[in-house]
Amino acid sequence: MADPVKFTIDGQELEAAPGTLVIEAAKRAGIEIPSFCYYEGYSLQAACRMCLVEVEKMPKMQVACTLPVANGMVVRTDTPQTRGARKSTLEFLLTNHPLDCPVCDKGGECELQDMVFRYGAGESRFTETKLHVDEQQWSPVVYYDGPRCILCFRCVRACEEGMGVAALGVVNRGAVSLIAPNGGDHLNCDECGQCIDICPVGALTSGAYRYQTRPWEMEHTGTICTHCADGCKTTLGTRNDQIIRGNNRDRSGVNGEFLCVKGRYAFDFNDHAERLQSPMVKVNGKLEPVSWAKALEVVSKKFGEIKARGGKFGVVGSNHSTNEENFYLQKFARQGLGTNNIDHRRTGDVVTLVDALSGTNGSLATTADMYERKAFLILGADLAVEHPLLSFQIRANYRHHAARIYTVTARAVREDDYAVRSIRKPAFSEFEALEELRGALAAEPELVILFGDTVKGPDVRKLVEFGQSLSIPVKYTALVDYSNSRGAIDMGLVPELGPGFHATGAAGLTLPEMLAAGDLDALWVVGENPLAQAALASKKAFVVVQDMFLTETAKAADVVLPSASAYEKNGTVTNVCGEVQRVKRAAATMGAKPDLEIIGLIAKEMGLAATMGPWLPDTVYGEIRRTVKGYDIPLPLVALGAQQTVPVNGRVGVDVRPDLVWSAHENLFTSGTLGRYSKILNSVIEKRSGAATPEQELARQ
Amino acid sequence: MYNQPSPLEVPVLTRRFRLPNSHKIDTYLANEGYQAFEKAIGMSQDDIINEVKASGLRGRGGAGFPTGMKWSFVPRQSPKPKYIIVNGDESEPGTCKDRLLMEFDPHQLIEGILIAGLAVGAHQGYIYIRGEFRYLIEHMDRAIDEAYARGYLGDNILGRGIKFHLATHSGAGAYECGEESALLESFEGKRGNPRIRPPFPAVAGAYSCPTVLNNVETYCAVPSIILKGAAYFAGLGSPKNGGTRLFCLSGHVNKPGVYELPMGFNLMRLINEVGGGVRGGKKLKAVIPGGSSCPVLKADECDLNLDFDTVAAAKSMLGSGGVVVMDEDTCMVKAALRIMRFYAHESCGWCIPCREGTTWLRKVLQRFHDGQGVKSDIVLIGDLSRNMLGRTFCPLGDAAAMPTIAFVEKFRDEFEAHLDGKPCPYEKKLVAA
Amino acid sequence: MTFSPELEARFAKFLAKYPEDRKRSATIPMLIYAQDEIGSVTPELVAEVAKRVGSTPLQVEEVVGFYSMLHKGKGMGKYHVQVCTNISCLLRGGAELYEQASQKLHLGHKQVSADGFVSLEEVECMGACSWAPAVQINYDFYHDVTPEQLDKLLSGLMAGKKPEEIAEVKKVSC
Repeated sequence: MADPVKFTIDGQELEAAPGTLVIEAAKRAGIEIPSFCYYEGYSLQAACRMCLVEVEKMPKMQVACTLPVANGMVVRTDTPQTRGARKSTLEFLLTNHPLDCPVCDKGGECELQDMVFRYGAGESRFTETKLHVDEQQWSPVVYYDGPRCILCFRCVRACEEGMGVAALGVVNRGAVSLIAPNGGDHLNCDECGQCIDICPVGALTSGAYRYQTRPWEMEHTGTICTHCADGCKTTLGTRNDQIIRGNNRDRSGVNGEFLCVKGRYAFDFNDHAERLQSPMVKVNGKLEPVSWAKALEVVSKKFGEIKARGGKFGVVGSNHSTNEENFYLQKFARQGLGTNNIDHRRTGDVVTLVDALSGTNGSLATTADMYERKAFLILGADLAVEHPLLSFQIRANYRHHAARIYTVTARAVREDDYAVRSIRKPAFSEFEALEELRGALAAEPELVILFGDTVKGPDVRKLVEFGQSLSIPVKYTALVDYSNSRGAIDMGLVPELGPGFHATGAAGLTLPEMLAAGDLDALWVVGENPLAQAALASKKAFVVVQDMFLTETAKAADVVLPSASAYEKNGTVTNVCGEVQRVKRAAATMGAKPDLEIIGLIAKEMGLAATMGPWLPDTVYGEIRRTVKGYDIPLPLVALGAQQTVPVNGRVGVDVRPDLVWSAHENLFTSGTLGRYSKILNSVIEKRSGAATPEQELARQ
Repeated sequence: MYNQPSPLEVPVLTRRFRLPNSHKIDTYLANEGYQAFEKAIGMSQDDIINEVKASGLRGRGGAGFPTGMKWSFVPRQSPKPKYIIVNGDESEPGTCKDRLLMEFDPHQLIEGILIAGLAVGAHQGYIYIRGEFRYLIEHMDRAIDEAYARGYLGDNILGRGIKFHLATHSGAGAYECGEESALLESFEGKRGNPRIRPPFPAVAGAYSCPTVLNNVETYCAVPSIILKGAAYFAGLGSPKNGGTRLFCLSGHVNKPGVYELPMGFNLMRLINEVGGGVRGGKKLKAVIPGGSSCPVLKADECDLNLDFDTVAAAKSMLGSGGVVVMDEDTCMVKAALRIMRFYAHESCGWCIPCREGTTWLRKVLQRFHDGQGVKSDIVLIGDLSRNMLGRTFCPLGDAAAMPTIAFVEKFRDEFEAHLDGKPCPYEKKLVAA
Repeated sequence: MTFSPELEARFAKFLAKYPEDRKRSATIPMLIYAQDEIGSVTPELVAEVAKRVGSTPLQVEEVVGFYSMLHKGKGMGKYHVQVCTNISCLLRGGAELYEQASQKLHLGHKQVSADGFVSLEEVECMGACSWAPAVQINYDFYHDVTPEQLDKLLSGLMAGKKPEEIAEVKKVSC
């Protein structure tokens, strides 16, 4: 580490590492140097000229965003000259910027407004005609209002550098320059909305949010996105229990300000017209609405009967439910109903990985590792499509730290664009490429290996052996599909393992076995839709389904209980990297209840309240801490941010049927049942054209 | 040549211009052509650079940066290839000399490029020529072909193991590309936005490789410096301003034209003795001494020597050598407006003060000239110009601001004469002329 | 997209000028020469150039709008009359020449005649300041243009003549 540089800003004697920019050094010292175009993490522009400062011994003012600190440098940010420069630059900006703030979505949250309020003039000397062009719609979610654009080029960089998509460019010259989309009059992109999010003014607005509300009318709740397994924090803006906006401007959470189309827009399933709002009981082959009391009575009576006669239960949990709900569900099944027939849809072979890593420490990669580690091997996974945050992190790592990336995939992936080596191998043949890469990988100082569902069972052990044989520190990520896929395994939603990977030693039916069992007496499905692809063999089974929508499984149910969405409840979820994060209730749907409460009410109705304990999320979490190895993390810590669970350090010792591990390979615009009920996801042309990414769109063309 | 020579000229770079077939390699070879290059082959890199330094040659594109020093910034050892780029984007209003150098003596330019290549160890050069000069691109291509055919370009030049390749590159209409970093962006096939500097082109230029980038005239001066010595070249000019310069005389003179004169030649002598005086016996009102971005000089400020330092001392610039002469019937508001129209048209749009400032000023000046001005506009025009000055990303903002400030300060009376709905007092006279 | 063999040969020459991984440098030369042949920068041309230089169409589109000699849409006329009115030409009657041309051709700035034969543009400095006022028709320069000469040029063009067939006024040649 080089010696720090000593310099002065506004009389404060400061130190910083060589190469630190004046604007950053000032920020760290609590001195604001205004800027529009400077954006931490993206390339430097020096275009807006708002950050001009005086530097002793330099004749002209300097832009603080490209000027590195130097020993003995004396900087003044607040002088008549700098104030005058800011004022005049803002005056220039406002010449062609329409002052339509009262009808602009950005009004109240606009950096230009704030900047003019703080540094600008009270009046304008501009009396000429403003330039005007009409607003354009580039996609269902992206609108562009040219006159409002201040040409800070943040959107262009967020798209090109941040997303690796480069769907935005600059056309024309001079004052009539505009931002333009890659499809001529529309966008072919990830539809992530990062461009809108990063826009300092109301030039880029969101199709989902525009003209819905004034920003100050919303309440904001930070929770975890319920779609993929990456666990991005999304701050939901709500008004009257309706979610209006998703973003993460405060950069809290593992994702900073990153969100993909699902995290930013696909909350809209929440108030879909087909949301179930009343319990239903099947009468004469038809589901009829009934009261909660009636429905619970039907369920508990039937469950009680079946339990009493030693009937066969099948209990199916979900990849989206909270840890508390899944823990509670498996406890209910095992202790309340006395069955070990419990399962969920397994999407990644985490168990074998943990088992193979037995005896090592810190071998599971964190989300932060994706940005910090020096080399990556991606096996059989299209991260940009299936794990947008991990892809974003690795891309930023490449940009900022020149991370070295190796891809072994069946098709071209976005990571190829900056990979050291890209090898095409059909699915399940990825191993063939490993020996080819051995020399290069062994020469890396460290490595993170990410693998999808084509590596499972013995292959995971082989992969770990390969990793250990490189004699460098290696971390691993077994990719899983959904917001709590990892938590579902950790909470014991499989027959073989109880919470915390404790072998149950008891026999139990797996999900396919439950569906195939002709003598199944009851099937209880919480937040899953197994009958979408398979049939239920048992004709006599009493089917109870907790869901938000009338799915294929719900249609086949005897009792349907409307459940709350992930955005309507409290609890914790565990992401693909094993990081536990807190979900918080942001909205409510009349008539629906959180699964935890529903399970608790059934337990109470069955007289099992004492066995099960209260259905309060925090209380259940307390039990998880005591019971589930790795989850002994105080709630306040979880609330502060992601905490990685320490996995079992020891052999799991049970074969957990890796053959049942299959990823649904959801892409950017699909998300199981939730995706089916998201208007936004179904409206973007990338979905309609069958492409999930710009690469695929191009390939299709 | 397009104009008659002046007996006062000191033809060095232009000495072959009036020979028959001056553009052909045979003419060139018969008149000292490629001798400097052969001499340079025998010199060390340091020797060549020191010779150029000692000659006092300063960049002819406008900024006047010492050429030898610029070359010395190129790292000697580099794992990357090095490039020689020629700025032939001649676009500064009032300037029309590079055209002639390429048209009438293309091999002199090629030889200058070759010597620059030797000096820094480059093996590839490109001549960026503005798109409007299509005929010159094809003309230079033919000269390059000749040079290849005669062994002055290629993998083994003159059998001496020297490798150098050269090609032309067409622009497509953008003044901003005359700024060296914008030119490099354009050369790489992008929008002609200027780059953040440092790094300077000497370190990271074309394709982020070490690059020497000079104006056409600058390279054209190099063969004479090497062949005849730094002292000879330096001695032609004035102190710190070596050599001759191609002055482009335009506007209200009797004999407009491009004249090669020693650095430090007196401006009044240029107008009166070389240019035959102000046209129609009119009185001189003002002169722009170095292209449209240079502050205008009033008639009584024009008795000065045309070298970088003297003109700078008079608070203007020698710029690109475009001397624009304006007689007593010229409307200074109109001149200011036309110049601002140009910069507003050419602003690349990258930075706010230039993009918005030039456009606003164009609108104010247009309205003002149309007789719709109010008194506060005069202050506003100066204010807006000063608000651009020194604050824009590249010198284009200054280029727009500086002449405007000078027009307002020096000819405030003419601005006032346009006030209160009065028509332009010069409009009729100008048409009549 | 297909081009004439001559243009294809030129493209090949352009692409050979630049290092292997720097073909994007050929973007602007290719666009301007292709425009000469097909009349304007069409979306198809943008896509074709992008493909050949290894850019995205958007990257080429960004370039097109930046350079004033590249014209989208229908492009300029077969003979594009460009009158300079910048400072040196202005001082010697360039603005009046432009007005004269506009009235005679019944065309405004960047307008094209109905038959697509002639178009007019008021242009910035074209580097003929010492021989002002100057006019360019396509790439040919006309120096020290008088109103009479311009009238003859325009009359000729309006009669469907090529500029080189208008004997009274000669372009500057080299």
